[in-house]
Amino acid sequence: MEIPYTVAERPDTGLNNGKIGIWLFLASEVMLFGALFASYLMMRIGSTAWPRGDTILNVPLATTNTVILISSSVTMVMAWASLKRKDFAKFRLFQALTVLAGFGFLGIKYVEYSTKFHHHLLPSTNTFLAIYFTLTGLHGLHVIGGMAINAYLLGPGAKLWKTDPEHFTNRVENSGLFWHFVDLVWIFLFPILYLL
Amino acid sequence: MGDHTDIDRQVKTYILIFVTLMALTIVTVAVSRFHLPTHQAVAIALIVASIKGGLVASYFMHLISERKLIYWVLGFTVACFFAVLLLPLLSHFDPIRN
Repeated sequence: MEIPYTVAERPDTGLNNGKIGIWLFLASEVMLFGALFASYLMMRIGSTAWPRGDTILNVPLATTNTVILISSSVTMVMAWASLKRKDFAKFRLFQALTVLAGFGFLGIKYVEYSTKFHHHLLPSTNTFLAIYFTLTGLHGLHVIGGMAINAYLLGPGAKLWKTDPEHFTNRVENSGLFWHFVDLVWIFLFPILYLL
Repeated sequence: MGDHTDIDRQVKTYILIFVTLMALTIVTVAVSRFHLPTHQAVAIALIVASIKGGLVASYFMHLISERKLIYWVLGFTVACFFAVLLLPLLSHFDPIRN
């Protein structure tokens, strides 16, 4: 059975099903991270002492990761724009750069985590590190998820471009929405955990 | 969204937003170096992060030109988000408990 409204807009919503689906998913993601942000807030205002993030965490590495994720958001949206211009070669270039940026982000996160573990700074060490590892760990899993989808669309999933280019463009737009959301979450995590 | 000139205009906007986001990242890090009192530092960091988040959502996620239904979904989500964020504070500042 063919999935309806993958390209055409549904008359009642004015959107294709993929678009409304990804936005509903992102709404649930906002609540997931919202609950964790609320937990952070409660623990912080409820504690008698709270360390400044920059006394424990590596700000230059996190700043580099911020630059990487923001840049990857641009390459992601450029990949989508290339498909709109019917330029598949450019799409491949920008999509590959987006996936590569994901690897860069995770590589830096690996360095950060391993340094912490090396210094015996673990989630069980204190409340600050517990919420730091929870929030950045969950965010990291989202980065991996986004990379998997982007890599699929760059590799085997790209076959759809030949048979149904509009449907493929919509898929790239939807995976892009998820990737931008991952960037958006990091934009808040960075100052809250590392700088305050 | 469709023809090439429209996309070309959008691409220029994306580049401009990218430069703005980078500048705001520098501002975020620079302000943190001043070691302001916590409430001021939190306020500035959250304002800058909200501007950055707003730019990503509006332009990269195309929310600036999205359908009404998406705005309704997100409006409801934002209301629930603030409820989750602020309701626990009511118990924290409860004068009876304290």
